Amino acid sequence: MRKLLAGIAIVGLFAAACAEENPVVSTASPSPGATAADCAKGVSSYTSAGTLTIATDNPAYAPWFGGKVSQSGSPWKADPSFGRGDPYSGEGFESAVAYAVAGELGFARGAVAWIPLNFNQSYKPGPKNFDLYIGQVSYSPVRAQAVDFSEGYYDVQQALVAKRGTPITDATTFADLQSYKLGAQIGTTSYSYIVENIQPDQQPSVYDNPNDVIAALNAGQIDGYLVDAPTAYVNVLIGEVPHGEVVGQFPTIGDQEHFGMVFQKGNPLVGCVNQAIATLESDGTLDAIQKKWLKTLTYPFIEQS
Amino acid sequence: MSSAGPPGPGDRLHIEDARAARGSRILSTGRGRREGRRAVFIAVASTVVFFTVLVVVVVNSPGWLEIKRSFFNGELFMENLPGISRAFLLNVKLFVVAEIFILVLALFLAVLRSLPGPVFFPIRILAVGYTDLFRGVPTILVIYILGFGAPALQLRGVPKSPFVWGVVALVLVYSAYVAEVYRAGIESVHPSQAAAARSLGLSRWQTLRLVVIPQAVRRVIPPLLNDFIGLQKDTALVASIGVVEAFRTAQIDSAATFNFTPYLASALLFVVITIPLARFTDALIARDRRRRQVAAAL
Repeated sequence: MRKLLAGIAIVGLFAAACAEENPVVSTASPSPGATAADCAKGVSSYTSAGTLTIATDNPAYAPWFGGKVSQSGSPWKADPSFGRGDPYSGEGFESAVAYAVAGELGFARGAVAWIPLNFNQSYKPGPKNFDLYIGQVSYSPVRAQAVDFSEGYYDVQQALVAKRGTPITDATTFADLQSYKLGAQIGTTSYSYIVENIQPDQQPSVYDNPNDVIAALNAGQIDGYLVDAPTAYVNVLIGEVPHGEVVGQFPTIGDQEHFGMVFQKGNPLVGCVNQAIATLESDGTLDAIQKKWLKTLTYPFIEQS
Repeated sequence: MSSAGPPGPGDRLHIEDARAARGSRILSTGRGRREGRRAVFIAVASTVVFFTVLVVVVVNSPGWLEIKRSFFNGELFMENLPGISRAFLLNVKLFVVAEIFILVLALFLAVLRSLPGPVFFPIRILAVGYTDLFRGVPTILVIYILGFGAPALQLRGVPKSPFVWGVVALVLVYSAYVAEVYRAGIESVHPSQAAAARSLGLSRWQTLRLVVIPQAVRRVIPPLLNDFIGLQKDTALVASIGVVEAFRTAQIDSAATFNFTPYLASALLFVVITIPLARFTDALIARDRRRRQVAAAL
């Protein structure tokens, strides 16, 4: 019995030791600075001091990320069908936005570190190994209970991709789409758009990553897939979908969908980033970046009725 | 042809028996009644203390509140459970359909592999190659390759449904495992059984069908059920080719809410199905052991 008690005492000590460890994130709010850079200086919770650590998916897809992946030792896998996608390049919409925001926060180009991270890792509980995650994450109030979002940096429109000459390409209304098997990537608002708005007769197929969605279309397992319009444009342009076409884009139903950057809940950096985004918006930088990397898309609308 | 034939060499059922025997000792304490009562007391006290400490440690951990919010959200659980349960019916369909084909194909493979004589060498080689290949390749790779590869051939008559290819992949992989289980069963039937059958005038095929296989299958029912449980869990892998089953539904719900509670709901559904089956397997093993002991006593 004594041995048993000793055992309990040891376990108890262990528990106490565990409980004493404090959470890593500091909750002290920065002093209200005049600029985003002042604001960022007041933040003490960087993943690694003096560096802005940004996470995104690997591979990083066009048109959000471009640039040739440098061969030697880069952790970035090139987008398989495009052969490009190095966040360090500053090329591609999100890479350019990230560097513009970093600049506003007072980080030089060399002080920005990119780490590859799966989308679903970005919202797991516990301390995060990045300062912010950028990767076409749409804001939603429910998601915002788990992480903090920055203000939107891009307003999203969904579009439909299919094989040229297949019957689905004639669709102009939601009703025309009812009988088709649609697909989308998991965790995307494209999927929710299908089930909430289009509501087709067949359960849409859901895939782990963009490549699998395209593979499914190429294999004829789905008739078409939904994806944000700029990605749809690139998928067809660079021939990821052979004989593919963008059938049309979808109207916004409900709140305008926008992409936001993802932060650890309570990270004071969010305020500074929002300030930076506001500056970039008002001085036209954000618009210029968008014009440079995302084509202005004029697809016909597929109407609700 | 008694049900309790003498065990053959390499009989893996002895291992199962030994495990079952150990399993039944979880609650028994052995020795005398006095000692027994004391042992029960210690067992209860130690259990209570152990789990109390475990709970206290977990609940007082620094990340507990966040874990509780993101894994044990009651509201989200109730909200997502109906949808995940409906999707789970697809898992049930997957493993029921697959299991039927597996049991047949695997028995066929096992019989091929047990064919005697040099003439059948190439067939035995094929059967061995099949089991080696499909036990070696990760299930998810087989599912991926078939699910995206086979329909892309665009051959006429080749189905495109990911459900069909998911079932095909599971059947290919699991029949390799189950064939080995059958083979162990067939080899555990003592050669004297076959010899006796032949001397009674039964043909080779009749001997196999009427004497060897019935005994073999009866002995391997527990390991067969074991593989069946494995199959049930692996139906979740079919999600990777686009089938929206329970796990994928949970993933969708989880990504929509940035909360992990839906995974817990889907895990619960799998457990609810596998636990009764596991207990049933235990009961079968225990019954089989009792029968053999009786037979041995006679």
